[in-house]
Amino acid sequence: MAYLELKNVCKTYGTGEQATQVLSDINLTIGEGEFVAIVGFTGSGKTTLVNLINGLLKPTSGEVLFKGKPVVDTSHERGVIFQNYSLLPWLSVGQNVAMAVKEAFPKDSKKAQKERVAAYVEMVGLSPAINKRPKELSGGMRQRVAVARALSMNPEMIIMDEPLGALDALTRGNLQDEILNIWSKDKRTALLITNDVDEGIYMADRIIPLRPGPNATLGPEFKIDIERPRDKTELNDNPTYKKTRNAIIEYLMGIGEERKAEAKKVYELPDLSPKSFVA
Amino acid sequence: MKQSVTVNEPKDLKAGVALKAFFSKLKIKPPKFEVKTILRKVVVPIVSILLFIGLWHMGSKALFNVEANYKIEKALTDQGQAAADATKACIASGDLSCQPNTLPSPSQVWASFNTLLADHKTISADKLAFKEKTAALNEKRIAAGKEPITYTGRPSFVDQIGTSLKTVFAGFLLALVIAVPIGIIIGLSETLRSSFNWLIQIFKPVSPVVWLLLVFMIVKTMTKDSNSDSAFIISFISVGLCAMWATLVNTAMGVATVDKDYINVAKVLKLGALQKVFKVILPSSLPLIFTGLRITLSVAWMVLIAIELLAQSPGLGSFVWEEFQNGANDSNSKIIVAMFLIGIIGFLLDRIMLVVQNAVSFNKNASA
Repeated sequence: MAYLELKNVCKTYGTGEQATQVLSDINLTIGEGEFVAIVGFTGSGKTTLVNLINGLLKPTSGEVLFKGKPVVDTSHERGVIFQNYSLLPWLSVGQNVAMAVKEAFPKDSKKAQKERVAAYVEMVGLSPAINKRPKELSGGMRQRVAVARALSMNPEMIIMDEPLGALDALTRGNLQDEILNIWSKDKRTALLITNDVDEGIYMADRIIPLRPGPNATLGPEFKIDIERPRDKTELNDNPTYKKTRNAIIEYLMGIGEERKAEAKKVYELPDLSPKSFVA
Repeated sequence: MKQSVTVNEPKDLKAGVALKAFFSKLKIKPPKFEVKTILRKVVVPIVSILLFIGLWHMGSKALFNVEANYKIEKALTDQGQAAADATKACIASGDLSCQPNTLPSPSQVWASFNTLLADHKTISADKLAFKEKTAALNEKRIAAGKEPITYTGRPSFVDQIGTSLKTVFAGFLLALVIAVPIGIIIGLSETLRSSFNWLIQIFKPVSPVVWLLLVFMIVKTMTKDSNSDSAFIISFISVGLCAMWATLVNTAMGVATVDKDYINVAKVLKLGALQKVFKVILPSSLPLIFTGLRITLSVAWMVLIAIELLAQSPGLGSFVWEEFQNGANDSNSKIIVAMFLIGIIGFLLDRIMLVVQNAVSFNKNASA
């Protein structure tokens, strides 16, 4: 049985004439322990898709099934890492994580909760900054806090909505490795939404492009048959990597061209030549 | 406000050396002063204050002359040359009985300020003596189940400031207790917001005087049987009702416009309804709530004077009004003293609120 399943999911915003269908006919199956990446242009409805899966939004039609049951609300089983970190600015790093821990493990003793917080902050390497406010941290550190917060609830599935989108390339690479490290330890199911094809290939088992919205649908999937752990420097010479990367980019570029062609409108120019005043 | 100290040439001056030693003892780097900063932060304000006092002095002198000439001319037309000369001589001699009544000069105001302070000293001494004298008697009266004798003399100027502050804080607390919870509830529900909107829009611009009358109608009846201080009750309730709107509107807006990301976090973490309010919505709207409270306090202080004046509640407002009615020689300058004090106290209250606001809210950007 599929772990997460989306069946003919459509999402429309607004009603009546102003309704815009953002997602249409999304079908997706993710198996347990799989790492799937969805790649798409900005504005193609990626965040909407994420919110449908984590339960913040309800589909207009179709079904989202998690372990065979329809998703009706958010759940601690699905941890979310938001695009813009969404840390609470008035709480310190530790308090931000503690908030999640207290909700996910309300029955644990205070001490156990505290240890848990410390452990997850340690895991993302922020122990020295545990008492700092998000404002005092760099973007990468903030995203680490968000990762710690999502993982501290011990979710069965982790959903990442462009988690590294706002970071510079170097920090991005580091965090990719960290997330992969954490993931490989207990092989949770993971869904990564990204706009970076390389990131998807480096991290995921499967890549599914999202055709741009409105009426966004999922394109054909690309399997990444590269042994883990993957090495970033070696990856460049890997023929499978090159092939997959080219195929995905070609596909995405193709969509882009299609979109341009649709938008193209030919204007007939009148056949005029300037009148000469010299002669 | 940064504290600034003027040290022009610390090397040469004894004070400068002492100051340097002081800073090195504390192991703090002595603040560096640039000429430009000193100019802007110290010299320019002082010059502008002096300029203001100078203009005020000249203005009051001009008004004095106008008033004096009018008086002399009136004596001339009514009573003839001799009376006019007498009036002129009288004014020139500085005799209190014939001084023109107009805008007082800065020196007169300063003198009045000192008079008021001296007056306060006399009254407090009087009060203390009275307390000592009646202490033994009061003990007996209390033992016998009778009410103790209290001092019923005239309140001093400082006492009146105290009363005013008491009233304004009572009113402020009332506004806080009413406006913040209602604001939160309104902010949480769009339905409530639209159903309360008309009420807020209509009552917000109502003048303090009208509020006072409304409160008076109700409190007068309610306190008929008790002998509590109804003037105080009326004035602080009116102050609270006038001033609470800023807090109400700001709280509602703060709660209604909480960043959607935070709400999503609350949902994903599955916080309960109460926890969502207390752990996410309230903290994130605190900056706006405190902005509202700051406005409320300054409005409260502003309307207080008018309300005290009408409610006959002892305080700065009634002080001003009594002095105006009094019409003594130094009444005008006492009114100006009160005006400055009202302004300074209002300014200090605002600063206190700013400090509290900065201490409580997470974005430390609030400024004057």
